[in-house]
Amino acid sequence: MAKLSKEEVKHVAHLARLAITDEEAEKFANQLGKITDFAEQLNELDTTNVEPTTHVFPIVNVMREDVAQKGLDREVMMLNVKEQVDGQVKVPPILED
Amino acid sequence: MTLFKLSSRELQEGLHNGEFKIADLTNEAFARIENLDNDVQAFLALNKEKATEQAAQMDQVPFEERGPLFGLPIGVKDNIVTEGLETTCASKILEGFMPIYDATVVKKLRDAGMVTVGKLNMDEFAMGSSNENSAYKTTKNPWNLEHVPGGSSGASAASVAAGEVPFSLGSDTGGSIRQPAAYCGVVGMKPTYGRVSRFGLVAFASSLDQIGPITRNVYDNALLLEAIAGVDPSDSTSADVPVPNYVSKLNGDINGLRIAVPKEYLGEGVSEEVKNSVLKALEVLKGLGATVEEVSLPHSKYALAAYYILSSSEASSNLSRFDGIRYGFRAEGVKNLMELYKETRAQGFGEEVKRRIMLGTYSLSAGTYDAYYKKAQQARTLIKADYDKVFENYDVIIGPTAPTPAFKVGANIDDPMTMYANDILTIPINLAGVPAISIPCGFENGLPLGLQIIGKHFDEETIYRTAYAYEQATEFHKETPQLWEGK
Repeated sequence: MAKLSKEEVKHVAHLARLAITDEEAEKFANQLGKITDFAEQLNELDTTNVEPTTHVFPIVNVMREDVAQKGLDREVMMLNVKEQVDGQVKVPPILED
Repeated sequence: MTLFKLSSRELQEGLHNGEFKIADLTNEAFARIENLDNDVQAFLALNKEKATEQAAQMDQVPFEERGPLFGLPIGVKDNIVTEGLETTCASKILEGFMPIYDATVVKKLRDAGMVTVGKLNMDEFAMGSSNENSAYKTTKNPWNLEHVPGGSSGASAASVAAGEVPFSLGSDTGGSIRQPAAYCGVVGMKPTYGRVSRFGLVAFASSLDQIGPITRNVYDNALLLEAIAGVDPSDSTSADVPVPNYVSKLNGDINGLRIAVPKEYLGEGVSEEVKNSVLKALEVLKGLGATVEEVSLPHSKYALAAYYILSSSEASSNLSRFDGIRYGFRAEGVKNLMELYKETRAQGFGEEVKRRIMLGTYSLSAGTYDAYYKKAQQARTLIKADYDKVFENYDVIIGPTAPTPAFKVGANIDDPMTMYANDILTIPINLAGVPAISIPCGFENGLPLGLQIIGKHFDEETIYRTAYAYEQATEFHKETPQLWEGK
């Protein structure tokens, strides 16, 4: 696979919601290129018909009794919120005008 | 001489005999931290007021109501949430974050009567092998302050090695308990995936992360694992497998134990001194009645690449919760929500964390998913199968924990690939989900070396039995760093 371009790095940064400068994009392009080059060695492996492992144990759908449990108090949950109004989390505009 | 030279059993004896009180142990921890932590730089937050109060109350509890860990001080890695005690994951993005509940392990420590004295430094979000990636301070190796303590649970290992606390908790995603334990000459266990609840452990790579104990000896380690292990309704990946009484099985007898030594673990990149220390350890174990045979884990060389793809992919998803909205750092002067996300994360995360989020996001994105993420998951299947196969015929696998002793501060900081290679002997274990311990097995240039003992899924018991037998037959665990005796 070809080295990552600066534009690709900027696109990935956008997907990851990271502001990135031109300089950083350059640096990351270089470093991520080295890491993905290294990862290319996985292509030596024949993985035809090899199931991917997402989890070492086959755990599926762990259920509990369908009984309501008390959660944390609303006031407590708001303790770490930096900006709030009337018990609600305040954020900047979502849509630009 | 500090009280923390004593084992848990000796400490309980001293309490019983009235030689000292729980309050004295807590005071000793804070006094040692005050004396030594300017050099070691292990603690991010101290719990002095509450711990002192707790200790005084606990001294009133009758002896017959106390368990083996009752009243003993412990430090907790800063990615494990502690109600009312700042928890930052050594990241600027969580600066000032005050957890509103305790992790399950922290509850269990309290149930066992342990006194949490503070929070321990780490590589930011557990990403690193040296503690140099902390946003706050660089913890030093107590054996030589010019060297790193390892990572990411570097301060968990360093604080125990320096005798600031006799116990600590760390977390291990690719070696983050075992490698620092090796570098600092202490005992560190990464339990089987699912053995210990991850509820309240800030997630890095959810399919790999495990919390585990770091101590000065094997017996205390087994005791602490027993206290924190077990299924937890709050963590659906915790395993419903009974927790044995580990310490009752520690008798020094390993006659007939079948040991496998993978040739890949003593190959290129492993220092001569490290190899020799492992070979000598195997002789000791043979002398105790174990058999030793060479085996192969042929897919080991692919573990590092698979690990960085998988752990970074999982991290990129897990760390998306840090967006500046509900907790932690929030960027100022932004125009809209998208800018708030991007600026908060750009200013709040350190470079290594960003690098891994980028790598993970890239691996998971359209067009590369099959080539990287899926391929790495398939490699993981092959790596795990290597271990399953060896464990059909052997009880434990033994090798070094790290290829070299602790390197110097600053030596690898600009080269991610060399830094990652420090974890080459610990990473495959997390991919396979098996348990492994690191115990002291020698020195190179005055720096400790670690022996890694790997076991079958949920068979920490055999690991502890082996480690204990080795420890009883050797003296390495009795050595302490020079700064131990204080200035």
